Amino acid sequence: MSVEPVRPVSASGPVSAPIVAVEGLTRVFRRRGAPALTAVDAMTFRIAPGEAVGYIGANGAGKSTTIKMLTGILAPTSGTARTVGLDPMRDRRELARRVGVVFGQRSQLWWDLPLRESFDLLAAIHRLDRLRATRRTGQLVELLDLGPTLAQPVRSLSLGQRMRAEVAAALLHEPELVILDEPTIGLDVLSKARLREFLIQTRREHGTTLLLTTHDMGDIERLCDRVLVVDHGRLAFDGTLAGLAGTVGARRVLVVDLDRPSEPLHGIPHTQWLGAEGEGVRQRLAFDPADTTAAAVLAAVSERVTLRDLSIEEPDIEDVVRRIYSASS
Amino acid sequence: MRAYLRTYWLLARAGFRRQATYRMALAAGIFTNSVFGVVRASILVGAVTGAGAAVAGYDALAVSSYAWWGQVLLGSVSMWGWSEVADRVRTGDIAADFLRPVPPYLTYLAVDLGRAALALLARGAPMLLIGALYSGITFATGAVEWVLGLTAVALAVAVGFLGNYLVNCAAFWLVEIRGLLMAYSVVATLLAGLYVPVHWFPEWLRIVAAATPFPSLIQTPIDILSGYAAGPAAVRAVAVQVGWVLALGVAGALATAAGRRRLEVQGG
Amino acid sequence: MASGFTAYRAILRSRVRAQQGYRVSFATDLFATVLTGLAELLEVYVIFHNTPRLGGLDFDAALLVFALANLTFAAADLLVGHCDRLPTYVREGRIDVFYLRPLSILGQLMTSEVSLRRLGRISVAVVVLGIALVRGEVAPTPTTVGMLALSIVCGTALMAGLFVAVAGLQFWLVDGREFANAFTYGGAYAAQQSSLVFPDPVRIFFTFVVPAAFTAYLPTLVILGEPGGDFADPALAWWLPAATAWVWGVALLTWRHGVRHYQGAGG
Repeated sequence: MSVEPVRPVSASGPVSAPIVAVEGLTRVFRRRGAPALTAVDAMTFRIAPGEAVGYIGANGAGKSTTIKMLTGILAPTSGTARTVGLDPMRDRRELARRVGVVFGQRSQLWWDLPLRESFDLLAAIHRLDRLRATRRTGQLVELLDLGPTLAQPVRSLSLGQRMRAEVAAALLHEPELVILDEPTIGLDVLSKARLREFLIQTRREHGTTLLLTTHDMGDIERLCDRVLVVDHGRLAFDGTLAGLAGTVGARRVLVVDLDRPSEPLHGIPHTQWLGAEGEGVRQRLAFDPADTTAAAVLAAVSERVTLRDLSIEEPDIEDVVRRIYSASS
Repeated sequence: MRAYLRTYWLLARAGFRRQATYRMALAAGIFTNSVFGVVRASILVGAVTGAGAAVAGYDALAVSSYAWWGQVLLGSVSMWGWSEVADRVRTGDIAADFLRPVPPYLTYLAVDLGRAALALLARGAPMLLIGALYSGITFATGAVEWVLGLTAVALAVAVGFLGNYLVNCAAFWLVEIRGLLMAYSVVATLLAGLYVPVHWFPEWLRIVAAATPFPSLIQTPIDILSGYAAGPAAVRAVAVQVGWVLALGVAGALATAAGRRRLEVQGG
Repeated sequence: MASGFTAYRAILRSRVRAQQGYRVSFATDLFATVLTGLAELLEVYVIFHNTPRLGGLDFDAALLVFALANLTFAAADLLVGHCDRLPTYVREGRIDVFYLRPLSILGQLMTSEVSLRRLGRISVAVVVLGIALVRGEVAPTPTTVGMLALSIVCGTALMAGLFVAVAGLQFWLVDGREFANAFTYGGAYAAQQSSLVFPDPVRIFFTFVVPAAFTAYLPTLVILGEPGGDFADPALAWWLPAATAWVWGVALLTWRHGVRHYQGAGG
């Protein structure tokens, strides 16, 4: 089975120029004593201003390579990439003024100085005047709850604190596009939630465009309205999260709360009974939207028991991505 | 039979390929050592020319031999910033070394001797060739001197290692020993005679040098291998080296024991 | 470009501040670099203990060569000596981060560290310079003062250029660090000597290829009115700015080539 990329809803929507435009982008690594590796293979996509795009795929699928080409760190072998309307190789410095990047694994901060000084230095590097620098730093420090850590040397920050500081550093110059490479990797649940909330708020207030790679599907679910799935350097999917689930026929789960403890709901057509809690008061049924509809399942359930409440759980995205892989390989 | 040979051939080829990065490092090392060899030999020969006659028994050929022999040995005799033990003390990994039945410094010494032997073949021998082509090199003449000379190299490696080890032991008491290591290599390379033969030192400095193990690192093996010292003089020089190995070995054992006690007291 | 300058100055100031946090280790490092300077001085002394002249120079003249070579090299080392550790920067991903800032990559690399501990070696060189000028009875004429200033300023720039050149090489040379040492430390070592100790080909190499002789030996000939020799004409000394430009030209070429290679290979 092959997966046809679905056109994103947003690509046809806004008329403004794309903030990221990638056309036949290809990157081949030649390695001594090993066959050449095509890390990114004829990739084509566009991102409109204001979108929030999740860029997902397995390790080595070509995510970081794409990001490096979008930011001018790496030259494409062929094809073109334009970021905020600029050629990343030629206009790297101008690009750096308008884009913020967080690399989960490499720090933008000065590890041997108090955090506050990293912000001061970045403000100087981005030529923010004193007033703007103070105002912006204050904002970010408050929103990301960095106040207590400002006087600490960066090397002594916890991972969660450091990641929030990295995000603040990348956003200090109020970039139109923020690229985040694994921003939540290794963070605890609370730190993740905090970071996501901040990004949502930033996007809402400033219309900032987000492009993020992640292994954490929670990031995608909470932050992104569009997903690009990359596999072996190729775009395997481009569309909404729901569309992604729909394309590969991901199962959904119907959770029903009943008025009294009941027998397991076995035998509902096109469903699989997943389990029950509270002696059968809450039961879970999986179904595939390709075979049946939520309404049909619900009707069949109502014939047997009385419903008090119901919810439909979104598909497990990791499962979906895995299916995309197995489908396209 | 042919299949066997082929397997070994493939294995050998794979091993050789794996050495590719080392070959680059080797080429870089030989190139750099050659540049320094040329500069050193030029200075020393310039001094002999300026003096108008042999200085302390070194004519132009003898003294450029001295410079090149120094380049041969300097990859093997460690005098620069070896900090493995200090690093292990800092990280606490040294505790694992104490659990082994062999004293830790003997293990490290064995490793260092192996490294030195390899360096002598891979890095030293090419320097000998380059030196010989560039300005000529003098060699020891007798078989006894060659045996003594190679023994002197092994002892020099041991003295160099033990000296480094003692400095590393300072890490049991000091947080940061980078400055100390740096100071040690400055003093060691100077008094070893790496840049100027110890025989050229003014008397007061010769006395200072003789009170340290450092001439055993470079001056002694060069004297014997280049034929500058032979017979009883060579035997005496090697005996001094043996003395330093024993003295530094005992000092190393004591420092290790004291450091270990300190760690145990601290609960490290 | 003025505000780019502000950014670099802010970065450099922060590097200086960072080193003030480690007073004890800074003090021992400083001590070690003073010792390095003194040990090298002692070598010069030992040589002249055995010969009245080396490469046509007497002890006082050799002291001046020593002082200028040490001063310019140590100053360059203080400012940009970390550039020869480029592979470490690549491995730690610091180069990638440089790409994300609106400043030049080279400018960021050069200002990313300042090794204040080299002040130890500089101070030895300055003291020896004073001694050499007094012992050499150098009169403060426009020629001597001008040459001295030129030597210190351009000589430092020239040595810094060597560090940048080898940094560029290390983008694509595996194990480039050792090669790098031949040009930086090897060049500095050659710079400390009278050019006349070298055989002609070596002298030509250290005058016209890696022009180390321009930082100390040739200026010394002018300052002390020494005659020099083949390929070591005192008049050459005034070409020091050209030698510096040559080194920086090569440095910027290797750097550009290196950056291209980095963007081509992905580090």
